[in-house]
Amino acid sequence: MTNELITASAADLAARLAAREISSAELTQACLDRTAAVDGVVHSYLHVDAEGALAAARAIDERRAARESLPTLAGVPIAVKDVMTTKGLPTTCGSKILEGWIPPYDSTVVTRLKAAGMPILGKTNLDEFAMGSSTEHSAYGPSRNPWDLDRIPGGSGGGSSSVIASFQAPLATGTDTGGSIRQPAAVTGTVGTKPTYGGVSRYGLVALASSLDQAGPCARTVLDTALLHEVMAGHDPMDSTSIDAPVPAVVEAARRADVSGMKIGIIRELTGDGFQAGVQQRFDESVQHLVDAGAEVVEVSCPSFTYALAAYYLILPSEASSNLAKFDAMRYGLRVAPHGIDDPSAEQVMAATRDAGFGDEVKRRIILGTYALSSGYYDAYYGSAQKVRRLIADDFTRAFEAADVLVSPTAPTTAFAFGDKIDDPMAMYLNDIATIPANLAGVPGMSLPSGLAPEDGLPVGFQILAPAMQDQRLYAVGAALEARLLSAWGAPLLHSAPDLTAAGKGA
Amino acid sequence: MRMSELTRADVAHLAGLARIELSDDELDKMVGELGIILESVATVQNAPIDDVAPMSHPMPLVNVTRPDEVRPSLSPEAALSGAPEQDQQRFSVPRILDED
Repeated sequence: MTNELITASAADLAARLAAREISSAELTQACLDRTAAVDGVVHSYLHVDAEGALAAARAIDERRAARESLPTLAGVPIAVKDVMTTKGLPTTCGSKILEGWIPPYDSTVVTRLKAAGMPILGKTNLDEFAMGSSTEHSAYGPSRNPWDLDRIPGGSGGGSSSVIASFQAPLATGTDTGGSIRQPAAVTGTVGTKPTYGGVSRYGLVALASSLDQAGPCARTVLDTALLHEVMAGHDPMDSTSIDAPVPAVVEAARRADVSGMKIGIIRELTGDGFQAGVQQRFDESVQHLVDAGAEVVEVSCPSFTYALAAYYLILPSEASSNLAKFDAMRYGLRVAPHGIDDPSAEQVMAATRDAGFGDEVKRRIILGTYALSSGYYDAYYGSAQKVRRLIADDFTRAFEAADVLVSPTAPTTAFAFGDKIDDPMAMYLNDIATIPANLAGVPGMSLPSGLAPEDGLPVGFQILAPAMQDQRLYAVGAALEARLLSAWGAPLLHSAPDLTAAGKGA
Repeated sequence: MRMSELTRADVAHLAGLARIELSDDELDKMVGELGIILESVATVQNAPIDDVAPMSHPMPLVNVTRPDEVRPSLSPEAALSGAPEQDQQRFSVPRILDED
């Protein structure tokens, strides 16, 4: 690492900015320099806004020089997942149908980042409309895992996970519909939280499945994740499902890192069979660390989780088929004329555009959803899935009577190689088996690194789940585990990732 | 009828409903893939769901209103800024009606 600014934590950078030891312009430039050096191989970004980020950084530096009182993260730069609208910056959702679209408004999350004085470095890659677990479904090519460039960085938020794992940004935003924050965090050795449903506004977040989507923070440490969580969360009158209650005290919980007397529930259905040996091993060790830190372990059973994947892949496509109907080639985005038709109708233009503008996975899910919602099949499939959803929520309610938080490995395996699952949609979907239940029930979840799997040397993720609006428990447990792991490792896990500048020169 | 018995004609019909003009190759590929996915998701019917109330949303939804006050909104130029075609401060669209 040529510049230690890029490896420092956001909390540390914020303190040094506040003490005027460093400037935001200097820090932002260091991030941009790192991007110039490594993003040719990692491909985290779909768009980099060097000029805008530096202008925002200089503005913050001036305000600080004028002794203005500034928010905690003022001057700390951030990368934004390209599914959140940014006024004046392209927003593609990883789709050709939105290539070149410049939204005329900011999402609430972006408004909050700007109000917090955080320079926006650029927009990060994702599977098209957040549908995928690998970024291989991005219309603009995949992002790569900094631990092994031949492997996936997770998805859909593989741009955000890889951008922080490759030290191009200390923080990034994510969205999680079935694991799109947590699974990318797991496979890249980073931290990510899906807050309670309704905890972060969905206004300006291009919807995949409205009852499942939730935006959240991505970072390299639990405390950094909490600091960003606090900036992003809070009630928003522009989102009718936004929770009108104070944001849980996530930063305080991360600082206290206290699990003494807490009951940690291991979910029987999400361990053992189907999980890679090294994933299970690191999970078991992390549980032991929590016991050593004063927590009590209990086993809980959530029998309906067995049906969660099936219910999810009916509910999500159903909602997505409806949400994506707005891409109609009329008001914004791509418009394509059908071949060989003179004076085509609006419907013909619409159908030709949607065929040309959507990728295979998006088409697959739209058609699946159209089927699940069609009359004659609605009760049997979408209706049954909604009932399974209730059973899953009931399982959580019972489990949280026995435990304060629930834990499992975040993903069944470490990062897989590009191409491994691209031709087998069901194999790809199985990646999300441990993360999906939280979205169906609306409860918050976090993934943090629990080590490297001995068999392949790749990062393993540890998932923590808490009851709705008890997001602070994730941070208490996450920070306690992180502290113990860090002292066992001697250095942050990411410090053992390969040197990407060497890879860049070789490519 | 089981969902996994989707035919090529069924998929073509669904694609029409979803306003996606699939090519013949895409249709061929999609029939097989959807069959596998549908067989898997159909397992929701095996869950003990008799007498279970369906859940559409993680939180009880309540109607949310705001005071009926004028707020800043997009200018016509901003609203039209992404339009594929525009004319006289309006979205310009292909013909809506079919010819007889």
